[in-house]
Amino acid sequence: MANIRIPTPLRVFTGSESQVAVEGDTVGAALANLTVRYPELRQHLYDGEALRNFVNVYLGEDDVRFLDGLATAIDADTSLRIIPSIAGGL
Amino acid sequence: MTRQPVVSQLGTLSNDEIHRYGRHVIMPEFGIEGQRRLKASSVLLIGTGGLGSPLALYLTAAGVGRIGLVDYDVVEHTNLQRQIIHGESTVGVLKTESAERRMKDLNPFIQIDRYDVPLTSDNALEILAPYDVIIDGTDNFPTRYLVNDACVKLGKPNVYGSILRFEGQLSVFYAKEGPCYRCMFPEPPPPGLVPSCAEGGVLGVLPGTIGTMQATEGIKLITGIGDPMIGRMLLYDALDMTFSTIKVRKDPHCPVCSIPAEQVELIDYEEFCGVPSHDHAPTHAAAHAGVSARAVGASAGSGVSSNGGHDVNYDLDAPVPQMTPIELKALFDRGEHPFIVDVRNEPELEVAVIAEAGVDSVLIPKPQVLIAVDEIVSGRKTADQTVIGQIPRDRDVLFLCRSGVRSTDVINALREVGYDPARLINIQGGILAWSRQVDPSVPLY
Repeated sequence: MANIRIPTPLRVFTGSESQVAVEGDTVGAALANLTVRYPELRQHLYDGEALRNFVNVYLGEDDVRFLDGLATAIDADTSLRIIPSIAGGL
Repeated sequence: MTRQPVVSQLGTLSNDEIHRYGRHVIMPEFGIEGQRRLKASSVLLIGTGGLGSPLALYLTAAGVGRIGLVDYDVVEHTNLQRQIIHGESTVGVLKTESAERRMKDLNPFIQIDRYDVPLTSDNALEILAPYDVIIDGTDNFPTRYLVNDACVKLGKPNVYGSILRFEGQLSVFYAKEGPCYRCMFPEPPPPGLVPSCAEGGVLGVLPGTIGTMQATEGIKLITGIGDPMIGRMLLYDALDMTFSTIKVRKDPHCPVCSIPAEQVELIDYEEFCGVPSHDHAPTHAAAHAGVSARAVGASAGSGVSSNGGHDVNYDLDAPVPQMTPIELKALFDRGEHPFIVDVRNEPELEVAVIAEAGVDSVLIPKPQVLIAVDEIVSGRKTADQTVIGQIPRDRDVLFLCRSGVRSTDVINALREVGYDPARLINIQGGILAWSRQVDPSVPLY
C-alpha cells in the first residue's frame, strides 16, 4: 500500500482526487495499480513499460530514477509524489 | 552560509541611498557590501505579469541597480486580480511601461530597461547577455525551454518559478553549479495536458508567494548570502499550506547542459513543445474575419493530407473557419438553432453563458475532448464510445470558449480524428467577443 499524490494537471484523470491509496510492494506495482484504477492515466505516465521522460516520480525528496527506479521497494507508509511540469506565471 | 556572489563589482551608494537601504545594511550578513553589490547588479525579468509583479516591486525596492523587463502585452482588467504592479490607471498600457511607472515611483535610484517584444530564439541571447541573473516568470513551455537553453549557453543563473491553480514550484537552474531545467523536465508534456493559468485558473495570491521567493533567490545569488535553490525544487501547495523540497539531479546526458556551452544551439521551441509561446487567440483568425462560416463550409473536402482512418481526405492545414459573434447573432435572429459545443470548464458556465444557445448545445470541457481524442488515436475506443460521440458529423458545429483559444485547440484535435474541418467552426473571440459585440449583459472574465 502506498499513498500517491496526484498533481493538478493529472487530476482530470483521477476524478479530481489529489491523493490515491494503492496496493503494491514496489513503485512500479503501485503506479501500475494506479493506472488500473484510472486507465486514462497510463498513456500520460508510461511510454511502453518505462516512465515517460517528463514524468518525475519522487519518493520523499528523491527521484526514483536515482533509487531503484520502478523496482524501488515501498511499504504501507510510503508517500509517492508525481511532480508535474507546469508553466504558468502570468 | 556564504558563497561566491554572482556579482563581483561593488556599486557606489549616495548618502540618500544608504538611508533608504538602512534596514539592509545593518544586517551583518548583508552589510554595506551586499547593498553595493545589489547596486552593481542587473536582473532580467522575463514576463511582467503574476510572477513579474512582485519580482519587479521587491527587486526595485531592494535596490537592484538595473532591471530589465521583457513583455509585449498590455494591461487588462483580468490581470489586476494578481498582477499588483499594474492598476486601473494603466489598463490598456504596455505592461513594461505600466511597471516602469510604478518602479520609478518606488525607487528613483535604479535603471529600468524595457523590451516590448516577444522573446525568441533570434533575440534571446542579445537580450539576456547584459544581465547577471535571469528570472523566469513567463507563462508557457516554449519560452521556459528557450530561457533555460539561453541561460545555459550564456552561463547565467535562471531563477525558476511556475504556478498553476493552487500549486507553485521554485528552483534555481544554474548549469555552472548544478542541474538545468531540462535535467528535471527533459521534454515538455504533450500539448493540451497542462492548462495555462488562463485556462486552469490561478489563485491571485499564488504568484505573490512564488514571485516573492524568486526575488529572494535572486538577491541571494547576487550577494552570495545563504544557500540558493540550486539542485533543489520547492513545491508549494496553498490549499494544504505545505512546502516540500525535493532534490533535482544534474543529468549527465542532458542534451543542453552536458555539452560545452558554446555548442548549445537555440531551436524552434514552439515546434519542440507543439504549442505557441503565447496565450492569445490565433492572429490568422483576423485574416478570415470577413469570411462567413457558411461560405467556408461550402468549400469542404479539398483534401491533401490523411486524416486517421477515414475515407475522405481533408485539408488539415486549412485555416479554422471562423464565425463572428455578429454572424452568430444573425443566425439566432433568423430562428436557426446552431449546434454549439462549449469547451469551457463547468465553473465558467456560472459566470457567463450565451442565453440564445439552445438545447442543441453541449458542454464538453477541452480536457475531456483531448482525453477522448487520445483514446481514439490509440485505438482503445471509437469516437462513439467517448464524449465526442455527441458531436454530429452531418452538420456544422460551432465551438465556444472564453477567448477562442481553447475552442481552436479542440477543433484542431477533432480534425486529427476525422471530423470534416469545414464543419468545425470557431466562434471568433469566444464569449468575451460575444459580450463586447452582441450582449454586454454577459460579464467579461
